[in-house]
Amino acid sequence: MSFLDYFISALFLQAGYNSALVAVGAGLLGMSAGSAGAFIFLRKRALVSDAISHATLPGVGLAFMIMVAFGSDGRWLPGLIIGSAVSSAIGLLMVEWITRKTRLTEDAAIGAVLSVFFGFGIVLLTIIQTMSSGRQAGLENFLLGSTAGMLISEATTIAVAGALAALFVFLLRRPMTLVAFDPEYAATTGVNVRNIDLAMMGLALIVTVIGLKIVGLILIVALLIIPPVTARFWTNQVGSMIGIAAGVGGLSGYVGAVLSAAEASLPTGPIIVLVAFGFFLISALFSPLRGGLASALRHQRFQRRVHRRQGLLSLSRREPIYDGLTLRILRRSGFIRRDGVATARGRVAAAKAARDEARWAVARRMLPEDSAVEHYDGLTPIERMMTPDQIAEIDRMILDQQGGMA
Amino acid sequence: MSNAKLIAESGKILDVAAKDAPLTVRGLTVSYGNKPAVFSVDASIPAGSMTAIIGPNGAGKSTFLKGALGVVPRLSGEVRIFGKLFSETRDRVAYVPQRASVDWDFPARVIDVVLMGLYGSVGLFRLWRSRHREQAMECLERVGMADFADRQIGQLSGGQQQRVFLARALAQNAEFYLLDEPFAGVDAATERAIVTVLKDLKSEGRTVVCVHHDLSTVAEYFDRVLLINVRRIAEGPVETTFTAENLQETYGGRLATTHIDELHLA
Repeated sequence: MSFLDYFISALFLQAGYNSALVAVGAGLLGMSAGSAGAFIFLRKRALVSDAISHATLPGVGLAFMIMVAFGSDGRWLPGLIIGSAVSSAIGLLMVEWITRKTRLTEDAAIGAVLSVFFGFGIVLLTIIQTMSSGRQAGLENFLLGSTAGMLISEATTIAVAGALAALFVFLLRRPMTLVAFDPEYAATTGVNVRNIDLAMMGLALIVTVIGLKIVGLILIVALLIIPPVTARFWTNQVGSMIGIAAGVGGLSGYVGAVLSAAEASLPTGPIIVLVAFGFFLISALFSPLRGGLASALRHQRFQRRVHRRQGLLSLSRREPIYDGLTLRILRRSGFIRRDGVATARGRVAAAKAARDEARWAVARRMLPEDSAVEHYDGLTPIERMMTPDQIAEIDRMILDQQGGMA
Repeated sequence: MSNAKLIAESGKILDVAAKDAPLTVRGLTVSYGNKPAVFSVDASIPAGSMTAIIGPNGAGKSTFLKGALGVVPRLSGEVRIFGKLFSETRDRVAYVPQRASVDWDFPARVIDVVLMGLYGSVGLFRLWRSRHREQAMECLERVGMADFADRQIGQLSGGQQQRVFLARALAQNAEFYLLDEPFAGVDAATERAIVTVLKDLKSEGRTVVCVHHDLSTVAEYFDRVLLINVRRIAEGPVETTFTAENLQETYGGRLATTHIDELHLA
C-alpha cells in the first residue's frame, strides 16, 4: 500500500482500530489546545505556556525513576503525566512568584525557568539512559512526540482529558474573557484575577501534559498558539474565535497524526505543527476579514477612490493633472479623452465632486459634532451620509454665502 | 431593579449618610515600589453627590480610585463602601477604567462589551437571554451608541470607546459610579453626552466620582472636589473648596496664577 493510499484510508479511519484511535485522540487534544490557547493568546501570555511545557521534562524523568525504583515498568503514561504536571506547576508558580516578588519582568522569569527546568530534565534523561532499565525507556519521544506503539489505554486517557479540558474552557469562558480584555474592571466586579490567570495557565498545563506523548513538550506551545492566531483572522468575536481555534487545532491534530502514522519515521509533533501552520498561512493570506490579500485589495480600492476624487476636483478647477495613475483612472472611467480634455460625463462628475466638497465644508462648520461628519472619509457621496433635508439646508447656506459675496 | 425602588433605597442611604456613605477612606496609602503614589489620604463621599478628583499628573488620582476599589494592593488604610467592605457591596458599585488601559483590538463587538456589565447579575455560567440584550441595548441608547451595537470595538473613535465603557457601567445598574478620566481625549459631543448621563445618574439619587483633569469645567459639571497631590490637599463643596489658594497648594508652581484667575473661582 502506498503512502497516499494509507493516508487516505487512515484519514477516514479505515486503517485499523489503533491508528483511528490515535487520530481521534490527537484531534481532541488539538481541540482542547486550540480553545485553551485562545485565552492565553488574548491575555498575551503565549510565552508562559512555553515555560510550562519545558518545565515538564524533569517531572517526566523523576516520575520514571520513582516508578522504576518501586519495581514497575516506568513507562506507565498516567504516572508520567502526573510527574510532568507537578514539575510544570512548580515552574509556573516560580514564573509567577519571580514576576510578583522581584523587579524582574515576566520575560526574564520565563527565560530563567524554561532553561533551568529543561536543562535539569535533560540531565535526568541522560542518567536514565545509563540505568539498566532505561535503555528502552524511549523518554526522548516526549521531546517531539510519537504515536508509534501507542497503547489504546493511552489514547483513551488523552482523549478523555482533552474533552475535560475543553469543557473547563467552556465553563470559565466569561471570567477568562473579562480578565483577558480588562483585568482592572474584572477585579472590581469580584473576579479574582490572579486565580483566573492561574486557571488559564492551569489549562495550558493540562493540555501540555496530555499532549506530551503525541506532540511532545518542545512544540506543544505551537498547538496552543497557532490555532487561536489563525482563528483571529476570521472573526471579531471571542465566542466564534474559540470555536474556530478549537476546529483548527482539532483538524491539525487529526490530520497530523494520520500523516505521521502513515510514515512511521515522521515524528508526530512537528507534522501536527506544520499542518497547523498550513491553516495559518492560508488564513493569513486569504481571510476576507483580516487576511493580507483582502486588506491589500481594500487599500488599493481606497487609493483609487482618492485618485478619482482628486482628479475630478482638478478637472473642476481646470488644473492640469500630471499623476499617471489619476490620468489612467479618469480615462478608464470615461471622464477625460486621450488628450486629457474632459468629456461631457467628466464635466458632470467633476461638478458633482466640487459640489460635494463645498457641501462637506459647510457641513463641517455647521455640525462640527454630527456623527456623519465624524465618519467622513473625504470621499463618500454626501447623499449616503446625510438626509435630504440636511443637504437642502447645506445648499441654502452655500447660496447665502454666494449671495453675500456678490 | 426599577428606578423607583432605587431612589427609595438611596433615600434610605441619605438618612444615615455619615455612617453608610458610598465611600469612606481613612489613611489610604498605595505605593509602587518604595515610593508612595498616594499617602495617607482621607476622604468621605456623601450619597447623591458628584465629586471631581483633581490634581496634577502623577499625583495619584487614578491610584486613589484603584486603591479604594482594591484594583491595586493597599499598603495601609481603611476603605468602607456603603459602610461595609467592598467585597460585600460590589453589586452596588460600577467602575469605569481609563479607556487606554485595554487593547481595543480585542475580538469583541460593542454589545459584547456592554454585556460584560451584566456578568455580575447573570452569573458567570448562565446563557444570555433576549432580555439581557435588550438591557444592554438600553444602556447603549443612553450613551447614543445604539447604532454601533454590532461594530467591532477596534473601529471606534476614542469618544465612542469611552461611551461604550460608560454603557457597560450603566448595565451594572449600580448606586455608586467611579470613573477614571472619562473626558480624557474625547470629542466635545461625547463630553456633553457623558455629562448628561452622569447628571441623570445624580438626579436619580446615585453617587458619581470622576478623576478629572480639566479645571475649566469643574464648577460646571461637579458639586464637590477632592484635591490630591499624593497627599490630600482639600475636600468639600466646589464653592468653598475649589479656591485659588487650594489649587495653588495642589499644583505648586505648575499652575500659573493667571491661569487660576481665568477659572472664575468662588
